[in-house]
Amino acid sequence: MNAAPSTQMDVPMAATSLRHKDLLGIADLTPAEIMLVLETAEAMKEVGLRPIKKVPALRGKTVVNLFFEPSTRTRTSFEIAEKRLSADTLSIAVANSSVVKGESLVDTALNLEAMNPDMIVLRHASSGACHLLSRVCRSSIINAGDGMHEHPTQALLDAFTIRERKKTLAGLKVAIIGDLLHSRVLRSNIHLLTKMGAQVWVCGPPTLIPTDIRRFGVHATSRVDEAVRDADVVMLLRIQLERMEGAFFPSLREYFAVFGMTEARLKQAKPDVLIMHPGPMNRGVEIASEVADGPYSVILDQVHNGVAVRMAVLYLLAGGVEHEETV
Amino acid sequence: MKRLFRGGRVIDPANGIDGFFDVLIEGDRIAKVGRDLPVAGAEVVELTRDHVVCPGLIDIHVHLREPGQEHKETVASGVASAVAGGFTAVACMPNTTPVNDNANVTAYILGKAAEANLARVYPIGAVSRGSQGELLADIAELHGAGCVAITDDGHPTASALLLRRALEYAGMFGMPVIEHCEDSSLKGDGVAHEGFTAASLGLRGMPGACEALGVERGVLMAELTGSAFHVAHMSARASIRAVRKAKEAGIRVTCEVAPHHFTLTDESLQSPIPYDTNTKMNPPLREAADRDAMLAGIADGTVDILATDHAPHHYDEKNVEFDRAPFGIVGLETAVPLAFTRLVHAGVIGLPRLVELMSTNPARLLKLAGGTLSEGAPADITILAPDLPVRIQASQLRSRSKNTPFDGWELRGGVVATIVNGRTVYLNDAAGVVLS
Repeated sequence: MNAAPSTQMDVPMAATSLRHKDLLGIADLTPAEIMLVLETAEAMKEVGLRPIKKVPALRGKTVVNLFFEPSTRTRTSFEIAEKRLSADTLSIAVANSSVVKGESLVDTALNLEAMNPDMIVLRHASSGACHLLSRVCRSSIINAGDGMHEHPTQALLDAFTIRERKKTLAGLKVAIIGDLLHSRVLRSNIHLLTKMGAQVWVCGPPTLIPTDIRRFGVHATSRVDEAVRDADVVMLLRIQLERMEGAFFPSLREYFAVFGMTEARLKQAKPDVLIMHPGPMNRGVEIASEVADGPYSVILDQVHNGVAVRMAVLYLLAGGVEHEETV
Repeated sequence: MKRLFRGGRVIDPANGIDGFFDVLIEGDRIAKVGRDLPVAGAEVVELTRDHVVCPGLIDIHVHLREPGQEHKETVASGVASAVAGGFTAVACMPNTTPVNDNANVTAYILGKAAEANLARVYPIGAVSRGSQGELLADIAELHGAGCVAITDDGHPTASALLLRRALEYAGMFGMPVIEHCEDSSLKGDGVAHEGFTAASLGLRGMPGACEALGVERGVLMAELTGSAFHVAHMSARASIRAVRKAKEAGIRVTCEVAPHHFTLTDESLQSPIPYDTNTKMNPPLREAADRDAMLAGIADGTVDILATDHAPHHYDEKNVEFDRAPFGIVGLETAVPLAFTRLVHAGVIGLPRLVELMSTNPARLLKLAGGTLSEGAPADITILAPDLPVRIQASQLRSRSKNTPFDGWELRGGVVATIVNGRTVYLNDAAGVVLS
């Protein structure tokens, strides 16, 4: 699961394409492949700054965005990325689909497949839903978040955003604080950051820390000060109201008092700390507004970079270098 | 009609027999086990020293799905699967539709079993009406109709009080209460063992303590009532510990382990096929320490019985997202090869202990006629070939459902023939034995 420990992983290695049909999770990627995505995303970001934000890289390709969970940010980001690459795209939200008529996920996917798309971007509440589709579909499956398992493009855009400011991932102390148990963002980030040589600290109430999390190669603590101390990056994860009802913690107020990221707590981090959040944010729960809107926050940069990173993923899965001249 | 089985290794733990003997059956009864029995008037079945002749195997934890879920399994397809797996008898769980909580359903199952006329079928009745956990089912009526135990399997008995009453009441008929041990609040909406694998795959977990708490509750109720309490499909190391302590204290508790729990760990959820719904069962595949505790319990005698928890589910039901798939796998036709390979050949136990776990003890627990080769016992016999190479092929299973994680497995040790009431109900062509 974890790559061999190295402090200098964050060095480009020769990978010229993603030799995968699908992007199911960061767990399946090598450090070289991660670097390839991040570097390709730099070129893609430049496309988004042009007056005419469009390249023909995926012209004639059909991409289906199949979203079984509500999503604004991720779906919009994928759609914009697809359009900037000139793909033909359509988005299916669960409420409009035949799933409400009782059709199984596999049947829904096979019916879409019959219309010969090239890629399916899937968001689903069940962990492993993308693996299931990957086994039955010829199209490339891109995981846009599966249950509590992975959200690989989020971790890639987080890494891109960190590298923009810090130049490297290796050796950084990254603290991830919040609902660890239910977070797919956490799992993808742990895989990515440990593979790239960052020191990962995870922090939350013991009720929200997954079993044996240290086996992922991370430090785990419930003392927020320990996590934040000298951190280069502090990433907050969303706390959901229904977790309170599941007795994971007593109240949002108490959560904020013990774990909420305030300016005072942030003083223990490095002076050039980055504040990140995958969204949607609960202001006053996991993060104070002064921190979210403060000088260290790169939360909107994450959203901005998401488009370029997703363009890179789509482009590389569609064939990568064979289309290089078109970018 | 007489038939003489000659040349094989005969193992009958109930009579302390383990050696090269002849076994003579007359009609539907065992006539004699001995050396150089007269062949006059008998059909002679020539076996080799590599064959094992033992009392018919009995699986006390099988879901036959009929009535009501015939797309998964029927009594007929279930017993066909049973005899192909070497079982001469099965006890079937009451969670059918409707639930087997009255004599009509019991009689219906027994009628279907008589029609199929392969393995013996012993229905197990529900503890509570509709298995709803409120009122006791008509337990005397169930007993009278042929039920051999009661359980609300699929779920734990709803409360300690109901379990207590069930133990007291069923004790009147000498029937054990079989318990799916689980604390529902700890299980929550868990779909996998709570451990690193579930954390990594993002699956909601249920800890071993969830099962062990159910075991502890049952042990206390068994002590309180003095009735026989049987722990179904045990999977957690803390459960083994609880049973071991209870036995030391002289409490009437027995337990069973399923082949998948002494063979696999939760790592099977991750590879070779990630999120394979044929690795989803309840109780779940647990970690190596739990699997090893099952092996230790099997070796040291804490475990009384091997039972498959044969749980057929239709392909469509399993071809879904992991958390939406039903729990359970088929087990009747994979139990013997797994037991030989993982227990006998692996050096965990010897052959006599295997027969004890799969025939002698199941018959004792449910007070069934088989489980022995004593003179006058029913001629229910399983002939095994411990070194027979076996390749599991899901598509070839007799069960109506093919939901097994063992598809393609190469194992050593299989069934040669299954004989019920003196009649050969299954003969494995690959084993090269001539038998009418």
